[in-house]
Amino acid sequence: MDIIIVGCGKVGYTLVEELSSEDHNIVLIDENPRKVQYIDEKLDVISIVGNGISHETLIEAGVETADLLIAVTGDDEKNLLCCVVAKKTGHCHTIARVRNPIYNEELGFLKKEFGLAMIINPEQTAANEISRIFQLPSAIRVDTFAKGHVELLHFKIENGSILIGLKLRSLSSTLHTNVLVCTVMRGEEVIIPNGDFEFREHDVVSIAAQRHDAINFFQKIGIMKTKVGNAILAGGGKISYYLAKALIQSGIRVTIIDIDRNRCDVLSSMLPEATIICGDATDQDLLSQEGLENAQGFAALTGLDEENILLSLHAGKVSQAKTVTKINRITFTSVINELDLGSIIYPRVITADYISKYVRSMDNSKDSNVETLYKLANGKAEALEFIINGESAITGTPLQNLRFRKNTLICCIYRGGRVILPSGQDIIKKGDSVLVVIYGYSISDILETLED
Amino acid sequence: MNYLMVLYILSFILKAEGVFLLLPALTGILYRESGVVCYLAVAAVCFVTGTLLGIRKPVSRSLYTREGFVTVAFSWIVMSIFGAVPFVLTGDIPSYVDALFETISGFTTTGSSILSNVEGLSRAGLFWRSFTHWVGGMGVFVFIMAILPLMGMGGSTMNLMKAESTGASVSRLVPHVKDTAKILYGIYIAVTVVEIILLCLFGMPLFDALTTSFGTVGTGGFGIKNDSMAGYSPAIQNIVTVFMILSGVNYSLYFCLLSKKVKEAFRLEEVRWYFLVIFVSAGVIIWNTRGLYATLGETVRHSFFQVGSIITTTGYATTDFDLWPSLSKTILVVLMYIGACAGSTGGGIKVSRLVILVKTIWKELSLIIHPREVRKIRINRHVVEHETLRSINVFLVIYFLLMLVSTLLVSVDGLDFTTNYTAVISAVNNIGPGLELVGPTQNFSVFSAFSKFVLMFDMLAGRLELFPMMVLLLPATWKKR
Repeated sequence: MDIIIVGCGKVGYTLVEELSSEDHNIVLIDENPRKVQYIDEKLDVISIVGNGISHETLIEAGVETADLLIAVTGDDEKNLLCCVVAKKTGHCHTIARVRNPIYNEELGFLKKEFGLAMIINPEQTAANEISRIFQLPSAIRVDTFAKGHVELLHFKIENGSILIGLKLRSLSSTLHTNVLVCTVMRGEEVIIPNGDFEFREHDVVSIAAQRHDAINFFQKIGIMKTKVGNAILAGGGKISYYLAKALIQSGIRVTIIDIDRNRCDVLSSMLPEATIICGDATDQDLLSQEGLENAQGFAALTGLDEENILLSLHAGKVSQAKTVTKINRITFTSVINELDLGSIIYPRVITADYISKYVRSMDNSKDSNVETLYKLANGKAEALEFIINGESAITGTPLQNLRFRKNTLICCIYRGGRVILPSGQDIIKKGDSVLVVIYGYSISDILETLED
Repeated sequence: MNYLMVLYILSFILKAEGVFLLLPALTGILYRESGVVCYLAVAAVCFVTGTLLGIRKPVSRSLYTREGFVTVAFSWIVMSIFGAVPFVLTGDIPSYVDALFETISGFTTTGSSILSNVEGLSRAGLFWRSFTHWVGGMGVFVFIMAILPLMGMGGSTMNLMKAESTGASVSRLVPHVKDTAKILYGIYIAVTVVEIILLCLFGMPLFDALTTSFGTVGTGGFGIKNDSMAGYSPAIQNIVTVFMILSGVNYSLYFCLLSKKVKEAFRLEEVRWYFLVIFVSAGVIIWNTRGLYATLGETVRHSFFQVGSIITTTGYATTDFDLWPSLSKTILVVLMYIGACAGSTGGGIKVSRLVILVKTIWKELSLIIHPREVRKIRINRHVVEHETLRSINVFLVIYFLLMLVSTLLVSVDGLDFTTNYTAVISAVNNIGPGLELVGPTQNFSVFSAFSKFVLMFDMLAGRLELFPMMVLLLPATWKKR
């Protein structure tokens, strides 16, 4: 597919990297020649120095024949205008990044009137993800599928857990729970486990389950924690705003600490229920004063990755709080993963996943549709939800008779409000929504999970 | 330095060469020659060595600019070392140094020969000699990138392409390097096939048509006759003239035409200058050589052929231009410097570099009159980045230094100045013939082995546009990072 990406910040770069490796033809437009040159040397794309709103630049980038344009410059207005110009010039789908809270309520209107295929708001998406984690603090990451009916929950096996040394085969007979283990991350390695798999300390396990089964499971393995009651958010950026809004809605008390007086004023007028503290979030005394020791949730959301990491480590040490760390850059992941930071949120990856999903659902066939896509384990594995629209080779045959590719797991089938954790006798039917976890390859159609 | 990765890529190059060597073997079989075994044996050796080198997969697939340059320079040397062996084994060229000179001259599309009697070579040998032009013309890395998925390397394959392709700034035609390489080779093959068909239609034997086309499209210049192209009919000479000139054109022109961007194609500044230079030089030479040939038609034909042959750095000849008047000979020497367009298969400084250089001079002069003027240099309406300008300036400095030092080294042999000087120009610019003792009817066997090595280095440096070979000489390149 021919894709034009306008703007090459952090999200732009991640997108280019990901889509280019999925074999799409990417043309990148950015106004900064140095950035463009850097990308040109590193990635397999054509890059153009210019203004993405300019009709001429867009034509040079081939907008007339392109399939998709993604506008991810730092400016909401630029992004929207760029999509409008592109839409008028060619007939491509357009995706714009719009993240100013002022427009947030009007996204539906903008999308419809400007003819956009999708509006992405990475801050909002990241905030939603953090909010889900605060609702179920036992997990370090919560991905939702089938409109929230099924969840993929990630948790870490801590020292002394009863799971250590247990074989996967005997999991359900020992615990009597209705969950399916999907992937296990052990260090840098990703495993889709079979019956002989034995859990070890520090493994990060993901399970597919309905919420009540998951709670049951967490209770049995002794790591169940209830929803947090209060949370401290360090840093008052856009994620903090969206997160505070979501948390307040579900009855969680929120304290936001930000160093900028003006920003605090704005937050205070937008979030009357939240406590806004104007001060340095890296000031230990201030944190204690605001009750960090008794906090149940702590999110480090400042603009500096290093600061966020230190804050979370500190919070983890002095309190029992569930910690969430925002990381903007994706370097040094192997070091970061070794630290005890609780949950880590990469806003740029979340956005890139969203767009990848859209791109894949654009170029797949009629009989299945990518509904949701999450990358697991630094992008090595993927969890995808497909809606089965028609009969094909995969429907109507018991799963045990189908020949799947290596490292493929059908995790769950959602059919008419019922969640099935499939066994060999189950079959996939038209209209189902199917959750698949794959490792080592990537797909845009569920049929690609079958051996040729 | 990621040595493992360099070796890994080298393994692909050797395997590719193994495949290439099967073609002369096939020729040998068709003509029932005894040398077939030698070609097959060397092909097998290339294959086995390639496979052995490829066994250890590199842990890190990163290929930075340094690795890119070293890999390309190194691969061209290794390729030549292996490619020269069959000449010795079959007895076509008994001395290995001579065989190596001939092979490097082939791969770099120079076309300088050490053979005094080309017609005495075996058919397989003649075919391999010409085929090295075709391989070297577009470049072996471009070939490998077009057919093999070098997975996990992403955009860094661009570093290889940059080191091998001609011109100051190499850009992609389409987003993926692989597809760009495919398009380039597609055009390359198409042009070659069209020429072969045309030559055959005008009565050239198939074998001659094949070898001549390889030499033309790759802008090489190895002939299979002692008198180069002089013995063929005027029609054939004219076809070769046209194809030589077409091969010296920037390939992005053809891509523009293919993707129906005709307007853009005609806007390419470099191509316009290229044609202007050709017509003006040919015009002056026609005037200067009037009376030398029987008819005006013949004069025009010879003038255009020689101009096309020299500016594209091919090196075919239809007449002994060493006998031309001094003005015409000097024009040819100037054309040797200019060379073809960037992004073509030809050598030389390249028209685009010169256009930019002339504009730089203009800018500097203008600065004397308006000291505070801010002026950007543009080509094809695009502003040329400062880095590109700097690299062009440095290129020119290295270029002249290399020629100076080489001429000095070659003059140890004690031959006359014109011979030494034009031999070096001819080697650095990948042309083929020079003047005097290395004129179109002469050959390079007059030089000592030492001089031959100097010229071999010049040919490689010229083909890879100086920097890759120079990087090899830099001690810092080989230090651990």
